[in-house]
Amino acid sequence: MDVIEVSGLRKTYRGHDAVRGIDLNVPRGEVFALLGPNGAGKTTTVEILEGHRRRSGGEARVLGEDPGTAGRVWRARIGVVLQDADDAADLTVTEMVRHVAGFYPDPRPVAEVIDLVGLTEKSKARIRTLSGGQRRRVDVALGIVGRPELLFLDEPTTGFDPAARRQFWDLIRALAAEGTTILLTTHYLEEAEALADRLAVLSGGLIVAEGTPATLGGRGAAGARVSWRHGGVQHTEQVTDPTELIRKLVAEDADLTTLTVTRPTLEDTYLTLIGDHR
Amino acid sequence: MSSGTFAPAPARAPMRAILRSQIRMELVLTARRGEAVVLAMGVPLLVLLGAGLTDVTTVPGDDRLAYVVPGVLALTVMSTAFTGQAITTGYERSYGVLKRLGASPLTRPGLLISKTAAVLSLIVVQLLVLAAVGIAVGWRPEAGQLLPAIGVTVLATAAYSGLALLLASVLKPETTTGAATLIYVLMLAAGGIMFTAPDVAVVLPLAAHAEALRATLSHGAAVPVNDWLSLAAWAVVCVTAAVKKMRWE
Repeated sequence: MDVIEVSGLRKTYRGHDAVRGIDLNVPRGEVFALLGPNGAGKTTTVEILEGHRRRSGGEARVLGEDPGTAGRVWRARIGVVLQDADDAADLTVTEMVRHVAGFYPDPRPVAEVIDLVGLTEKSKARIRTLSGGQRRRVDVALGIVGRPELLFLDEPTTGFDPAARRQFWDLIRALAAEGTTILLTTHYLEEAEALADRLAVLSGGLIVAEGTPATLGGRGAAGARVSWRHGGVQHTEQVTDPTELIRKLVAEDADLTTLTVTRPTLEDTYLTLIGDHR
Repeated sequence: MSSGTFAPAPARAPMRAILRSQIRMELVLTARRGEAVVLAMGVPLLVLLGAGLTDVTTVPGDDRLAYVVPGVLALTVMSTAFTGQAITTGYERSYGVLKRLGASPLTRPGLLISKTAAVLSLIVVQLLVLAAVGIAVGWRPEAGQLLPAIGVTVLATAAYSGLALLLASVLKPETTTGAATLIYVLMLAAGGIMFTAPDVAVVLPLAAHAEALRATLSHGAAVPVNDWLSLAAWAVVCVTAAVKKMRWE
């Protein structure tokens, strides 16, 4: 049984179809990323699976239960980092994490969690005084303190500086290595590429492509563009397999110091996908 | 329900411990907000001593404290259960705090229970302190009608809490703060706390509550029927509306 099993999921807001029939399966231990432009239905989907919103149709099982009716014991097995949380509480980081840790049967040690998100130096600071990126890390700490089996991360690194983002990626990899299943939404394609075992692209409430970062949207079979200069002339060829061409160029004694082989980036593939479905 | 075979069956963190912890947290948060403490204790004390011991306002009867102290108690219930709670909840909603805690094992009902319990504990402490100050400066309350006095206070608290959550659910936090403060000032002016209220004011929860507390605590009389009706109506309408309109984000 997969940790997340979704079929035909639909959500309608006052006549507007936000999610129009999604099928999704995430096995235990996988890091799965949902990509898509704003309004594609990512957050709606995630919030239905977190038990925040009721679905309008379709089936959803999360950790074997219906998230629309699951109770407190189920809630203790998931971790949630919401997209729009921005607490400005007059509590210190340590107080807040310790407080929420008390909701769970077997929480991580508070100091360890704060260290994991890189806030040890700020542990005695009131949350109100933290920067946006630091508050986001508090959210992440609150999401993982209960040792969730399944962690939902809705655009978790918005507002992070590059160093903090790298540190966060290491944290996610460590959680995944421990066996935590992770459902991630993000706008950062390099983040999805760095973290996700599999990903899906949502557009207009539908999944328009699903695969691994290497194969999404036919990326793996898309071929390569080979460029080189020879005799002062720039040459470019689009080929399915560059090996043959390069072997030929070597045999011809071509000057290969400027040789480049490029495949479509995940971003190219993504933009093509959502462009096609707009 | 089945989880992976390697996952230990999760034990329950006892709900009572969770609620206690959340209630304590709500109280700590209140205590750390300077403006909340001023609203909770400073303003009522100022009104009690100012209007109770000087002749700056005109009050009916010749026993100023018998008129003013119960009014201040009623005012305090309103400032904590309505104004304070509306402002806090409005900001917590916009910050995503309600949504996050509602998604945790605390659960949404747990969050509401904690908030209610925290407000009630705070009100009990405030009323005891203010009554003690009142007695210290010469107020002589009657104990015979204490139960009905507690009854109208519970009704008033329910009405104010419902109104607070309703306001915080339908307005933006800045607007909620403004509206809650405005309503506080209007009720204070029309509510018969520092000076005589017009007779029709009994339709307002603050005026009805103040009149009921004056009757019971200062004069040992029963709660006037109109006050029961007014407060009960406010409680039913506000709580029902809050349940219907409550928004978590």
